[in-house]
Amino acid sequence: MAQGNKHEPLLRIVKRGESPFRLKLLVRIAAVLLALIADALFIYFVTGLDPLAVYTTMFQGTFSTPMRFSWAMRDLASLLLIGIALAPAFKMRFWNIGAEGQVLMGALATAAVMVYYGGKVPNAVLYAAMLVAAVFAGALWGFVPGWFKARLGTNETLFTLMMNYVAIQLVACCVNIWRGQASGLGKLNMRSKAGWFPQLFGQRYNINLIIVVLLVVLMYCYLRYSKQGYEIAVVGESENTARYAGINVGKVIIRTMILSGALCGLTGFLIVGGRDQTISTTTAGGNGFTAIIVAWLAKFNTFYMALISFLLIFLEKGAGEIASAYNLNDFASDIIAGIILFFILGSEFFINYKPIFHLGKHGTITKEAA
Amino acid sequence: MEYAIELRHITKTFGSVVANHDVSLSVRKGEILSLLGENGSGKTTLMNMIAGIYYPDAGEILVEGKPVEIRGPKDAYACGIGMVHQHFKLIDVFTAAENIALVLDRREKYDLKAVKDKARAICERYRFDIDLDQKVYEMSVSQKQTLEIIKMLYHGAQLLILDEPTAVLTPQETEKLFAVMRNMKADGKSIIIITHKLHEVLAISDRVAILRKGEYAGTVETCAATEAMLTEMMVGKKVELNIERPEPVNPHLRLSVHNLSVTNAEGVKVLDRVTFEAFSGEILGIAGISGNGQKELLEAIAGLQAADKDSSVVYYPDDDRDSTAEQLIGKTPRDIRDLGVHLSFVPEDRLGMGLVGSMSMVDNMMLKSYNEGRSILTDRSAPRHLAEEIKEELGVVTPSIHTPVSRLSGGNVQKVLVGREIAAVPSVLMTAYAVRGLDIHTSYTIYRLLNEQKKKGVAILYVGEDLDVLIDLCDKILVLCGGRCNGLLDARSTTKEEVGLLMTQIKEQQEGGVA
Amino acid sequence: MDTFVAWILRAIPFGTIIMYGAMGEIITEKSGNLNLGVPGIMYLGGFAGFASAYLYENSVADPNMAFCVALALVCAFLASMAGGLIYSFLTISLRANQNVTGLALTTFGMGVANFFGVFILDGRTATQSLVYKTFQTRLPVLSELGVIGQMVFGYGFMAYAAVILAVVLHHILNHTRTGLNLRAVGENPATADAAGINVTRYKYLATCLGAGISGLGGLYYVLDYNQGIWATTGQIEALGWLAVALVIFTTWKPLNAIWGSYLFGMLYWLYQFLPTLMGFSVPGYVTDLIQMVPYLVTIAVLIVTSMRKKREDQPPASLGLAYFREER
Repeated sequence: MAQGNKHEPLLRIVKRGESPFRLKLLVRIAAVLLALIADALFIYFVTGLDPLAVYTTMFQGTFSTPMRFSWAMRDLASLLLIGIALAPAFKMRFWNIGAEGQVLMGALATAAVMVYYGGKVPNAVLYAAMLVAAVFAGALWGFVPGWFKARLGTNETLFTLMMNYVAIQLVACCVNIWRGQASGLGKLNMRSKAGWFPQLFGQRYNINLIIVVLLVVLMYCYLRYSKQGYEIAVVGESENTARYAGINVGKVIIRTMILSGALCGLTGFLIVGGRDQTISTTTAGGNGFTAIIVAWLAKFNTFYMALISFLLIFLEKGAGEIASAYNLNDFASDIIAGIILFFILGSEFFINYKPIFHLGKHGTITKEAA
Repeated sequence: MEYAIELRHITKTFGSVVANHDVSLSVRKGEILSLLGENGSGKTTLMNMIAGIYYPDAGEILVEGKPVEIRGPKDAYACGIGMVHQHFKLIDVFTAAENIALVLDRREKYDLKAVKDKARAICERYRFDIDLDQKVYEMSVSQKQTLEIIKMLYHGAQLLILDEPTAVLTPQETEKLFAVMRNMKADGKSIIIITHKLHEVLAISDRVAILRKGEYAGTVETCAATEAMLTEMMVGKKVELNIERPEPVNPHLRLSVHNLSVTNAEGVKVLDRVTFEAFSGEILGIAGISGNGQKELLEAIAGLQAADKDSSVVYYPDDDRDSTAEQLIGKTPRDIRDLGVHLSFVPEDRLGMGLVGSMSMVDNMMLKSYNEGRSILTDRSAPRHLAEEIKEELGVVTPSIHTPVSRLSGGNVQKVLVGREIAAVPSVLMTAYAVRGLDIHTSYTIYRLLNEQKKKGVAILYVGEDLDVLIDLCDKILVLCGGRCNGLLDARSTTKEEVGLLMTQIKEQQEGGVA
Repeated sequence: MDTFVAWILRAIPFGTIIMYGAMGEIITEKSGNLNLGVPGIMYLGGFAGFASAYLYENSVADPNMAFCVALALVCAFLASMAGGLIYSFLTISLRANQNVTGLALTTFGMGVANFFGVFILDGRTATQSLVYKTFQTRLPVLSELGVIGQMVFGYGFMAYAAVILAVVLHHILNHTRTGLNLRAVGENPATADAAGINVTRYKYLATCLGAGISGLGGLYYVLDYNQGIWATTGQIEALGWLAVALVIFTTWKPLNAIWGSYLFGMLYWLYQFLPTLMGFSVPGYVTDLIQMVPYLVTIAVLIVTSMRKKREDQPPASLGLAYFREER
């Protein structure tokens, strides 16, 4: 009646405790290298171009001229800022997929203040009003799913996802109102430039950059050294432990989502005031989704986020450069980024788990009936 | 004599812990065998090897005289073995019939109606009372258990293993289960029932097999057994442990628990009007089979568990009764702390409640105190010193105080937790299974720490499972059974048998348990 | 009345796109995998179907349209399954985070479709495959039987195939062993494992087949709804997210997807027809607000189900979680 000859499986997977830093670094570098090889193969087979030459061209996308670099930094600022905004929510294991919408709401509020108060109040007041409105609008978009999660346990992934589209439609509606008979909205306050960020040190995007650098450090400290950051970490790890420690879990969830949404709103403010000076449904440009990947891969460390954001922006710019140099199109960047993300995501497995191979049929104590 | 199943020289170890050592026992056809033993005596592990959850390190299993190899639950089914685990393996949103169908033989055609017909026949045969179209989440615990049994019978189980089936049942439901078991026995099925309750053992079984600390302690015919004899076999001879027990100095009332009741999410009363008093400078042991309300008792006092109406836990701060006594029921852990009540709690689930596994010792030190002071930043200098101190004094083995605590061994994790709770200068210290899974050396470290606290005038509630320790360490022992106080004993004069008896059978009615 | 008929004639094809997307995602989610790569997968399906049909048409002198339809269907299904396979490998075998992997797949799918799409566009803003005529073929007699005939029979075959598929999926999920096992895997993989069900295999199959079905939505969009016109637009992405919303709206039941998708279609086109129906004109911006309604309705459903806590309406219990059988 002995059942089958199922011996020890050939491949067994064991969870690792904590992996040494060296291993983590090694695995991640290997993942990026493999991804670059895969990308090179893709480029070669599709276009027949020499991958090395292509990578050189890619490099130029970001570094060839100061202007290019400045653009890259500008886009990096938007992406990274959203990543920073998501960090506290993700650390709390709250899946805020709604950054896109939260950014849009911030942008919308900024634009609304520019449209209705531009030129009517002193510039300083206008900036302050834009900022406050943006932060409030973003915070509201974070608060709603946070409240429902804390009170009713409503699935936050799906809720925040839906909120994105509500925001998009709101933006579409307002753009429609503001453009009147014109075919497009164009830059807001084109003549008065009311609400446009001034140039700082001769660079247009410096204000955005400074704020982002500041927030990288601040958020890092908030999560690491502040009491609230500590609470977020405990709630993310185990709600039971949080209750044991006397933490009000619902309050922390709501507060953190307000913070996350508010920072997304701030991003919207910076994009409209400091970059686009206009608004459309694509103002966030998918960065709200890309930032989720950034935040997750960086394991909530804002400095790693800066690195990963830079990698992604570099790829995007590089792909754009290839596109124009070789007559391709810049959707290549999505493919190249996608492949790299797949490799990095897959590589996490080798950090968290240890595969054990069993060769041969040892290790079974079997006393078959004679 | 024909045996349904025979186990020969079974040994199973987990890491360095020996769960079963050289156990041999057998079940006759058409008999009910009780498997008796204290918590951690290896009963469930042994049964899991028959059910295909674990694979023995050594020894062999014979089913109806033939050696078999059981490598998974499916092999167990094929051998006609079915086990009803304490945690039911059911899918909540499925109906009863769907749950039965889930493990259908793949060759059999999927036909829910046929499944129902066959299941209904089984129900009629053994007088099960169940609605096959009911969803599992709508069922009571007892109905779920019935469903599990039907599922096993449906798959042709000849030997049924029930792991503590009565722990979750009311007396009436228990009677019903026993009636069903007798029906099955009459039908030629063999049954192994794991239980702690002696009167049930005597009521239902033909023979009783006893495990003690992972080893086989013997089998007796039930008709020749008495409760006293079974208890002695189960708990063994009293072992002298040489644990220090200082006399309480100047004890005064610290905590007065009155009519404390807790109803869980399923509407079952898990604590029923528990009343007792705890004194400073005393260790009050709380004995009981696990799952008899210990966890809820401590959590209710700590403010982690909502208590029913009329429950009361009053805390007396100092010996002069003028200072205000505080009612703790209805307060959150933070409220209690804000009142200035130093209540320390070492919970059973060390990494799931007491500590944050992914955080370092330093960060864990401030789990309850991080919020002190007005700064918005955490102050890690005091926790760092404390971590160093605990590492030094308790000999915590860790690469660094910055290593995540989940990487430490169980004993070291417990030292970190107990060390932190003691460092908070408690006036009440509650520990749940403080030495579970720890080696002898670490256990004695914990006892020493508790005694130090006792000498400092702390009121200590010690929930334990090892009766030798309870009797040697504590001043008084409160016995919980079925969520009720089943007696309060003087640890210096009581015996293991007395405690064991109170743990396993509810005394006919008493008011509270104040001795 | 004419307006109403026109409305229905618009809403049902629109609903059909997201019905495919949602049905695929229901199957995927029933296995416990939350695949946020649906938009990307619909891109893959739409593009593969279009490209295969277009290339075939332009390489053969006298293309056989029936073959062309079959080719498009097969290519769309396989390409989408490939997307599902990437997702499965990463989340099931390598236990990568499901949300992040899904989002990366959306980026990737969009990139692949549009990157290669540009080659086919070859400098033009749009190209058309003529196979759409076959896709749009209506039943000859019945579809001309007045208003009712038009409303019931006035669509291409894929609209009916979607309804049939929904019924079939309903049957499989609720009345077969495969469906029972699949639901068990999504609810409680540990129990399913103990019952001898191969959890990994079920997850892989459900996710890949689900992706294939979702991809057909993209195909239907390009080759029927959009009259065979391929252009690089973001439209499919929005449709993909709407499909994810529809899954929630149906509370994970394929039969609800039928009326749910048509309702979403009605709501989506509400802005164009309701004003005429009611006899007043509505400014353009209000239409944007009306288009918000499907998402608001979905949010409402989400909130109501979490309030009522009715177990039948909840997401599969293990949704979003990787299964790891601990060492025994």
